[in-house]
Amino acid sequence: MSKRKKIEVEKEYKKPMIKRRKPNRSIAGDVLLYIFLIIMAYIMAFPIIFAVSNALKPLDELFRFPPRIFAQHPTMDNFSDLFITMGKSWVSFSRYLFNTVFITFVGTAGHLIIASMASFVLAKYEFPGGKGFFKLATTALMFTGWATQIPNYLILNWLGWIDTYWAIIIPAFAAPIGLFLMKQFMEGLPTSLIEAAKIDGASEWRVFSNIVMPNVKPAWMTLIIFSVQRLWNDRAATYIYSEEKKTLVYALNQIGLGGIARTGQQAAVLVVVMIVPIIIFVFSESQILETMASSGLKD
Amino acid sequence: MKEFFSKYITLRKHNMQVAWKKAKRSKNCYLFLLPFAVLFAMFYIFPVVASIYFSFTYYNILEAPRFLGFTNYINLILQDDVFLIGLKNTLLIAIVTGPLGYIMSFLFAWLINELPRMVRSVAVIIFYAPSIAGTCYTIFSIFFRGDAYGYVNAFLQNIGVIDTPILWLINPQYMLPICMVVILWMSLGTGFLSFVAGLQGIDGSQYEAGYMDGIKNRWQELWYITLPNMKPMLLFGAVMTITQSFGVCDVTMALCGYPSTDYAARTIVTHLFDYGYSRFEMGYACAIATILFLMMILCNKAIQSLLRRVGT
Repeated sequence: MSKRKKIEVEKEYKKPMIKRRKPNRSIAGDVLLYIFLIIMAYIMAFPIIFAVSNALKPLDELFRFPPRIFAQHPTMDNFSDLFITMGKSWVSFSRYLFNTVFITFVGTAGHLIIASMASFVLAKYEFPGGKGFFKLATTALMFTGWATQIPNYLILNWLGWIDTYWAIIIPAFAAPIGLFLMKQFMEGLPTSLIEAAKIDGASEWRVFSNIVMPNVKPAWMTLIIFSVQRLWNDRAATYIYSEEKKTLVYALNQIGLGGIARTGQQAAVLVVVMIVPIIIFVFSESQILETMASSGLKD
Repeated sequence: MKEFFSKYITLRKHNMQVAWKKAKRSKNCYLFLLPFAVLFAMFYIFPVVASIYFSFTYYNILEAPRFLGFTNYINLILQDDVFLIGLKNTLLIAIVTGPLGYIMSFLFAWLINELPRMVRSVAVIIFYAPSIAGTCYTIFSIFFRGDAYGYVNAFLQNIGVIDTPILWLINPQYMLPICMVVILWMSLGTGFLSFVAGLQGIDGSQYEAGYMDGIKNRWQELWYITLPNMKPMLLFGAVMTITQSFGVCDVTMALCGYPSTDYAARTIVTHLFDYGYSRFEMGYACAIATILFLMMILCNKAIQSLLRRVGT
């Protein structure tokens, strides 16, 4: 008797098969929302889809009138043409590639290490000047590189770094956005972790490299993405003028400017330039979002 | 008065001593901070100071700077018509694309917040992609090409709205609106990501408590629960948006040319390029940069104090 009753009670509290809808949500509203989002997503994605399909069109289709959005006979001709043109350029393709990879890699690695070191002490210790410095870095978020470009040029000129890789790499080390995101993320790290390591006799540097850094991997990814995006797209045209030190994106854009005869290659250039940051983002989206969750600007 | 002053000084001295002792104890902290601090000061703080200094001089890199006083600023405002066009364009673009882009970022982040996980991450990629797509915005110059082969012209001619092609990117009348459309297309950037992540982080139990307390519809939910929780992200997003919308130059240069017809698409930053890198009048360029800097900082401060009141 008592057993049966118990089962009945349990049944009553069993979860229903279909999840109960949240209050304030209607099915009609959801459908409308989906329709709206699909339309907006199409509008946002259209130029990119168009750029990609343009790159796959053979020449006769590129100039077809009236134009079609999707390629009828997709080919990779434009890309192979592009690589042939690159191969014939005065400075070899591999050199441009090396420049970009070198600048991106060294700039990102340095930025990651230096910014993490600074944000570690800013987030986890209190010392005179720390808060003030962070406030200053946040203020630096408020003006773009454009406002400081001219004096930057003068400083690099005094240092004799104009027309070297360092003109791009060293300023990228100190990008304030990296410090900001890293510091905010590190604040979420439990202080007890650091104290425990200290009691075990670890030095400051060991705490940083063995305890803190492995625990903030999502923030690494975010810093890397932002830095790679910035450096990959850097045309480096103002600070570097020797052709053999220019970046891949610069060379590609230069081909793109080649006029009507290069329409096909131009389309291919757009795709090659944009595909790298997008692919990196696709693979690291969840980690970036995890970092951005702590990106708020508190007073 | 004197007594007050001496008290103040002793207090100051005492505070300084305490700070100095603390600083001595945290030597390691400074060591960690040092590399970043040095580079940051060199490439972000010092340039601002240098820019303000050079803005009062005539400087062309080759000769030593010659002090001029306020001449550069007076010339900028009273004599340089092109600068005023640039200022007007920058402000117009900032006023239209800044708030709209900001609202769009939040709106989309909010709308996709309750989608299933997979759908949401695809949506984030689609909406975020334009802002990281490198030079993809130049594709708009194909859409808006001035002859009958331009897609927009062809479309409008086919449906009979116009009978002669419009020179979209050469006619000053259409340049700015087109640039604004393109900038809006690219405006879902870092702030958008911050909003998406922030919305995900809001504690669900707050909403349940809200239903108990009689929240009737989604707008009340948004205003009383979501927005107050999102305040830090809203501030961060505002900083990113303002900085971006005052620094417009890539899009206008790529679409309308540099220089553009009648300087109709000139912005402050392209004016800066013109004087800095084409004419090497660094002093004058620094005056432009200083004005841009002041505009950005003041606008940021104003918007931040406004946003602090959200949801209260």
